[in-house]
Amino acid sequence: MIFVEDKEIVIPGDILADEEYHSGRGTFKENDKVCSSLVGLVAIRDKKISVIPLQSKYIPKRGDVVIGEVTDIRFSMWNLDINSPYSGFLPASDVFGKEKRELNRTFDVGDVLFLRVVDVDEVKKVKLGLKGRGLGKFRGGILINITPTKVPRLIGKKGSMINMIKDQTHCEVIVGQNGVVWVKGEPSMERVAEKVINMIEDQAHTSGLTDRVRNMLAKLLGIEPEEAEYELGEPESVEESDELEISEEVEITEIIEISEESDELKKSEPPEEKEESKEDEID
Amino acid sequence: MVHIVPEIIKESVTNLVKNGERTDGRAFDEYREISLETGIIEKAEGSARVKIGKTQIVIGTKPQIGTPFGDTPNVGVLMTNTELLPMAAPNFESGPPDENSVELSRVTDRCIREGKVVDLEKLCIVEGEKVWMVFLDLHVIDYDGNLMDAAVLGSVAALMNTKIPTTKIENDEIVLDYENMMPLPINEKALMCTFAKIDGELIIDPSLEEEEIMGARLSIGMTEDGNICAMQKGGAQPLDREKILKVVSIAKMKTAELRTHLP
Repeated sequence: MIFVEDKEIVIPGDILADEEYHSGRGTFKENDKVCSSLVGLVAIRDKKISVIPLQSKYIPKRGDVVIGEVTDIRFSMWNLDINSPYSGFLPASDVFGKEKRELNRTFDVGDVLFLRVVDVDEVKKVKLGLKGRGLGKFRGGILINITPTKVPRLIGKKGSMINMIKDQTHCEVIVGQNGVVWVKGEPSMERVAEKVINMIEDQAHTSGLTDRVRNMLAKLLGIEPEEAEYELGEPESVEESDELEISEEVEITEIIEISEESDELKKSEPPEEKEESKEDEID
Repeated sequence: MVHIVPEIIKESVTNLVKNGERTDGRAFDEYREISLETGIIEKAEGSARVKIGKTQIVIGTKPQIGTPFGDTPNVGVLMTNTELLPMAAPNFESGPPDENSVELSRVTDRCIREGKVVDLEKLCIVEGEKVWMVFLDLHVIDYDGNLMDAAVLGSVAALMNTKIPTTKIENDEIVLDYENMMPLPINEKALMCTFAKIDGELIIDPSLEEEEIMGARLSIGMTEDGNICAMQKGGAQPLDREKILKVVSIAKMKTAELRTHLP
């Protein structure tokens, strides 16, 4: 017996299903019944029920790419705020190798970096790294914070959503798994992108979002929706299945693949060179 | 704990202000959306919830009978206390009030006291012995900049909403008549208007982002007829005379606008 539908909003304690279903993420079992432990959307995969939270905090995971800001400089490392309950650190040896240099000349407090989570240990000490394509310091642009569970929705299926925003606003957009989004372009276009991203965050749990985003972009940019030249070519039903958890998983595996092949590349590249690599990561 | 503002946010906000724009698209003299509800706490004698944008404060009042201060035997007592709840912002900590919380209490108290919002002399029951003491408790439950304007607006609304029992003196004892409640004697609606200085410009109702990067802040409390009843300056940068005179005249218009939100 199941008591809820796919994508229904539930609150903690809601009974979702009977014993024939398995308890997934965001749920617990009590008296052979699967109950929700979060406020979120129900996701049913075969016989497994999970609840995807509407809001969450970022929990660092190995292989994720994140945007962090330098909060402190220590003797041989930088401390970074990665929009998470756990702060991260970037060892100086990762940036300089064996060379000894002054840390604050390279990255100072208040700088914003694009990093990869190299390792998370038992006590959630988050080791960050800059080895990989496109990782480094941001110059200019704006930062937007969204809830990390909505990151997959913002990226869309195979990057459809984020590419639409990039194409339409001619902005560079980089999304960190920790819910920090960096946008750089014309100041007025940055504002448009910010509005659209906030709208996506607001409505991430609804279906038919891509169309609404397309219309909103068209309206903000003052062009007709039909003139938008990119095509998603996917019927609405397929787009709807672009469901939070699934796309998240897809994305993470791909990021890990990239991390394996791109270790030899330099850090601190200028932002222009970054652009391509980001797309790779996000797609 | 001090929150460190990323350089690029500092840059982007400052650049926008330079071009006469703000992050949320407001004009320099435009408030965010304001909502005000009163009587939200059943057990309190008076209460209000005020929202300015995402900033949210819940205010409750509690009148109690107590002894007046020796130097003002015929005047009631008003006490303001602010709680910056840890859930309001990541850098708010629980524990004894810190300087921000004390500043907010004192500025709110100053605006209400010097603006003569409550007629404290009418709160005297027996001169030198018994007066009403009104406790004003502000709980900041969400912080997105500009706490001061929200605090004063909400406090005035909560005081206007407060009802106290009428008192009688029988056989030298004070008898409270809960059947006949009377509103607090309010004779003024003094409100506050805050400006932040960013890149030489003074902008009204700073949001959290703007507050984090501002060089200076000026809060102006004004009575209904445009007299200044409180003023507080914060931040390290100086303010010049012309700018202050200009914002005082803006504050006069804006406090009048805020007053329309009061019931």
